[in-house]
Amino acid sequence: MRYVDEFRDPQLGRVLAGEIVTLVEPGRHYKLMEVCGGHTHSIYKYGIDDLLPENVELVHGPGCPVCVIPMGRVDDGIAMAHQPNVIFTCFGDMMRIPGSEQSLLDAKAEGADIRMVYSPLDALRIAKQNPDRDVVFFAIGFETTAPSTALTLKRARADGVTNFFCMCNHVTIVPPLRALLDSPDLRLDGFIGPGHVSTVVGARPFEFIPADYEKPIVVAGFEPLDVLQAVHMILGQLAEGRCEVENQYTRVVSYEGNLRALELLAEVFELRPHFEWRGMGFISQSGLRISEAYADFDAERRYEVPGVRVADPKACQCGEVLKGVIKPFECKVFGTACTPERPIGTCMVSSEGACAAYYNYGRFAREREVV
Amino acid sequence: MSTAATPSREEKVLGIIETARAKRGKFRDEHITMSHGAGGKATQSLIEGLFVPAFASEALGAMGDAGAVNVGGARLAMTTDSYVVKPIVFPGGSIGELAVNGTVNDLSVAGARPIALSLSLVLEEGLSAGELRREVDAIAAAARAADVEIVTGDTKVVERGHCDSMYVCTTGVGQVDPRAQLSPAALQPGDRVIVSGTVGDHGTAIMLARGEFELDSQIESDTCSLWPAVDALLEETGPSLRCMRDATRGGAGSVLNELARASTVAMLVHEAAVPVAPAVAGAAEILGIDPMYVANEGKLVAFVAPAAVDAAIGALRSVPGCEAAVEIGEVRTEPPGMVLMETAFGGKRVMDQLVGDPLPRIC
Repeated sequence: MRYVDEFRDPQLGRVLAGEIVTLVEPGRHYKLMEVCGGHTHSIYKYGIDDLLPENVELVHGPGCPVCVIPMGRVDDGIAMAHQPNVIFTCFGDMMRIPGSEQSLLDAKAEGADIRMVYSPLDALRIAKQNPDRDVVFFAIGFETTAPSTALTLKRARADGVTNFFCMCNHVTIVPPLRALLDSPDLRLDGFIGPGHVSTVVGARPFEFIPADYEKPIVVAGFEPLDVLQAVHMILGQLAEGRCEVENQYTRVVSYEGNLRALELLAEVFELRPHFEWRGMGFISQSGLRISEAYADFDAERRYEVPGVRVADPKACQCGEVLKGVIKPFECKVFGTACTPERPIGTCMVSSEGACAAYYNYGRFAREREVV
Repeated sequence: MSTAATPSREEKVLGIIETARAKRGKFRDEHITMSHGAGGKATQSLIEGLFVPAFASEALGAMGDAGAVNVGGARLAMTTDSYVVKPIVFPGGSIGELAVNGTVNDLSVAGARPIALSLSLVLEEGLSAGELRREVDAIAAAARAADVEIVTGDTKVVERGHCDSMYVCTTGVGQVDPRAQLSPAALQPGDRVIVSGTVGDHGTAIMLARGEFELDSQIESDTCSLWPAVDALLEETGPSLRCMRDATRGGAGSVLNELARASTVAMLVHEAAVPVAPAVAGAAEILGIDPMYVANEGKLVAFVAPAAVDAAIGALRSVPGCEAAVEIGEVRTEPPGMVLMETAFGGKRVMDQLVGDPLPRIC
């Protein structure tokens, strides 16, 4: 595929991997966090870990929008889905996420009308096709996907649709990063910055990372050469004693971001005082809700839901895993009570989560020598 | 990364995971969800945890695509399958054609020459006679092409809304070919893995035919009878042909995982060698899915002794529809039960069993 294969050239990959080796100090252990689940996915899909020196470790961050939804919100969504006359719509990977009692997939099997959609516009179309039913869209994602939800609500208003509602679970990227960096036991040397989010917010919001916490961050694309180059750039900064925001993904990301998208977000959403993250607890000003101007479309105002905060299971140590304090296998429930088929914590939920990845691939990493 | 602070705990945990993986699946769910039909881990738990123990049949326990029975002096293979595809007509085929070829292929990859099929139809009230007639014609044509006879049948009609247009169930009987000595247990380190052509065509054609993605394409289902391919393979490779599977639901990736587990060997797949049609690769890229897990309806995965690999590929390529047959990997010893992929980018990763549906990713 043109314009894609160029970023997957194995020969260039080998050259970059060779240069990375020259940048690492022998004996030093490097922990780099890729913030975005999309990067985690690329790292596994292309086997990028396998190309890095043994002392460069990639830690999977909190940027998987599905994994960070807390159980209480899933329960609220399921409660709406069980209402008579509701067609509940969500993205496919949300379906398996466990709430306190069941997942949306289970609720669907029990008879709730839950439909998988690929974009909020699909949900709006379902609303137009079913004027006698209420259609609820379970919106998730960072600033990456929030503009498409915002546009959909504007479209719904322009088209005079009155049976379309949005349960807003959109989150913002900077507060959880700050929360991570504030934790005293954090052990990270640098960040691979989220490329998709940055197309909207720009590279500028990440300036606090070098300024306040003295860690380098490189905003990166999602092709394997992008990720390798970002690792190269971070290690280059560390080798030279520099610490700044760099942009590897210049073909898409600008420093200031997409101003029109940001205006749109400001029109349709407002910040919640705080929002709960699975594995990380409440983080202030980290979530979006629907603004007064679009209140008619707010599913949370239309439906009574339990709204109960469900604590993360006690034994679960996802928070520590996310911060890189412990490795997945050091968690007490890892691999026994918590497995990909029956996940307890956020890191085991999505295949992009650190624990699920370790569960599936960890043994291979150990046995690399014999392969 | 192997800089474990506490290697003993890591070893222990990895041991637990390994034991859990090797265990037969347990069926502990409270409801049937769509995952149980997707061909991945949930399907496996249903089969291994509920069906196989309940029926205690040796032939069923072998978990091949068809079960074998001895009748008098003859060794017969039998298989059955229900077809519920939506939409019922799609580029490259339709439900009727699929119902014949799917069952014919389950017999074929078990090394059995297909002889006869039964045909059960579940029809939805209101189905147009024209649609039914067209599917009956498609079934007749596919049966003629595959050289099997439809010898018995059944019809049920259910109320509108209780089935989606029509469901088709076919049961097939075939005669195990004396040239075939197939068994997952026959896999040996060094054996080569061959696919009979491009992977992911059928599943992609169906997904796009549903019109949910608003993508236009020329992708057609690959539905066809695999008996000519199997016949050619048996003729040219005989006992060097260890085992075959048709890579339907769950795709080639699921077949490899199933066999790696069943015969406690490892497999290494070279991603760059896997044939994928450009349009399928493009659609998979946009939808964020891996063609290795997408269904095929006219492709088989064959495992052959290393000395027979050229003969096997030559045999396949002489059969219409299998011109793109190619070696994609090999059987290894370590780590047992796992499938590894050497990515086209040059890294290595595990190609695991599918959990749930292969759903498009959102970010």
